[in-house]
Amino acid sequence: MKIIVCVKQVPDTSGKVAVNPDGTLNRASMATITNPDDLNAVEAALVLKEQTGAEVVVVSMGPPPAEGMLREIIARGVDRAVLVSGREFGGSDTYATSQILAAAINKIGLEDEDIVFCGRQAIDGDTAQVGPQIAEKLNIPQVSYAAEITKEGKTLTVKRMLEDGYMTIKVNTPCLITCIKELNAPRYMSVGGIFECYEKPYEVLDYEALKDDPLIDPTTIGLKGSPTNIFKSFTPPQKGAGMMLEGADKDTCEKLAGMLAAKHLI
Amino acid sequence: MSTFNSADIASFKGGVWVFCEQRQGHMMPTSFELISEGRKLADELGEKLYGILLGHNIEGIAKELGGYGADGVYVCDHPLLENYTTDGYTKVICEVVEEYKPEVMLIGATNIGRDLGPRCAARLHTGLCADCTHLDIDVPKYKEFLRESSTLAPNLIDSIPEEDRNLKMTRPAFGGHLMATIICPRFRPAMATVRPGVMKKAAFDQAKADACEIIKPNFSLSESDMETQVVEVVKAAKKLVDLIGADVVVSVGRGISKDVDGGIKLAEELAEVLGGVVGASRAVVDSGWMTADHQVGQTGKTVHPRIYVALGISGAIQHKAGMQDSECIIAVNKNDTAPIFEVADYGICGDLFKVVPMLIESIKAAKAAK
Repeated sequence: MKIIVCVKQVPDTSGKVAVNPDGTLNRASMATITNPDDLNAVEAALVLKEQTGAEVVVVSMGPPPAEGMLREIIARGVDRAVLVSGREFGGSDTYATSQILAAAINKIGLEDEDIVFCGRQAIDGDTAQVGPQIAEKLNIPQVSYAAEITKEGKTLTVKRMLEDGYMTIKVNTPCLITCIKELNAPRYMSVGGIFECYEKPYEVLDYEALKDDPLIDPTTIGLKGSPTNIFKSFTPPQKGAGMMLEGADKDTCEKLAGMLAAKHLI
Repeated sequence: MSTFNSADIASFKGGVWVFCEQRQGHMMPTSFELISEGRKLADELGEKLYGILLGHNIEGIAKELGGYGADGVYVCDHPLLENYTTDGYTKVICEVVEEYKPEVMLIGATNIGRDLGPRCAARLHTGLCADCTHLDIDVPKYKEFLRESSTLAPNLIDSIPEEDRNLKMTRPAFGGHLMATIICPRFRPAMATVRPGVMKKAAFDQAKADACEIIKPNFSLSESDMETQVVEVVKAAKKLVDLIGADVVVSVGRGISKDVDGGIKLAEELAEVLGGVVGASRAVVDSGWMTADHQVGQTGKTVHPRIYVALGISGAIQHKAGMQDSECIIAVNKNDTAPIFEVADYGICGDLFKVVPMLIESIKAAKAAK
């Protein structure tokens, strides 16, 4: 049994974000992190590994420096890492990305008892699309928004969160699950893991390595193979600052209440 | 079935479609919002607007969609569609789309819509834009939107070619720091999931509801198509807070950390006086102080109430993305340089634990005096 976890290196959007004058993101000036939801996916895999002895493989599409992130994930207890990297893959939208990652998963080998885990969504695009689209390209069932997972034989029982409650869903392997932060608390790297992370297997899959998969076609990968294009990007204007009230005492509060009443807001 | 080729754009004459999500036989509010928005897009394209409704014994709730602007509703009724499943819903929707070839397909960006949309788009080989907050067809209207809602230089806006007829799908990215307008020029249908609560619901028209056409398309579905099995559907025992529909939202941030329970209690009291509900910043939800249904912001909910009160919220861009269109924003924060004051109509620099009790009394007094 094998568990494949898809992860993404993303700019840290919680800090200062730099935007170029043409409305694109100045990625070079920003720190990168492992996408937070993806760490919940890694943890879900490691929990199942402890229960079943499964092999855990982490896979990411990105530029060569993403190796650092993958080594850190190995140090959390993952067995090996695969980086999918190539100029041909650049500019891919979610559709094209899912074609490439599905081909990489085919190359790693998805067998009858295997599971693919993804994070719910990445904080740079917030699309939540790549997980379900990989599942479609692999022709396996998916369960998204997983908050609890239990496994018995070939059957996973998943608590799938909805806005107004949840569904309990049973699904057989092979399948793909997208994980939310309520699922678990990701573990840290272990000291032993850090020592070993550069000795564990690490592989790069480029265009040459994947090109025989029918999913890899110049018309369905990269910028040219992406069904969606950016028409315009721009920064939103700041709403104009309003009125700072003098003081923070009873008079201030009465004045505010008076203004709200005058505007018929209360 | 007609042959399906998503790149044969000229053959997609089936109009604008909205996936109308229902749960347990009740239409989700976002279905009415998207029908209302879809009506505008269909008019811009000079096409018809249809809902597509899946479920079991749901025909009775279809015609109401006409009252918000649908010309017709494709009703797909089957026992296996009673509860949402990715497999069942994707198969049926894709079969009906391949038969009737809509040009545009909108789906509410609920947890179900964001599961369904990408799966359908991948099967149909077309583009999908996630969690959109603004949609246009006509370029002059889009330019008007950019003039109001972007910092783009006027010459960059004026130079956009007016003849573009693609669906222009605008959404926040990078936590709300950037907005991107996405098009799907080479494939159809152009698909978008649309954030609930953003599009305005039109006024209901009973005559239009009565005139709404019900269409029952052919599709095939059997047990063998179902790879996931819904064991149970559980509604949250505690009533979840309705942030999106609220008239007033009083949100708390990290500023309540010195007395979390006390801070939440003050927010609840203020919300009660104002007739609203309590929201929270991401920091508060991530710390486990309040549940995720309270979260306002890019990763939470987008709200535009009449009054939004931010208590002890610094105003990270990802929070502002979810509340800055509120009619009146009041911020209380100890730090006078907090970014929340940049979007606040009224700011008070002070300790929320001292200010809020006084504010509650003042508002009570002002209301009593009316």
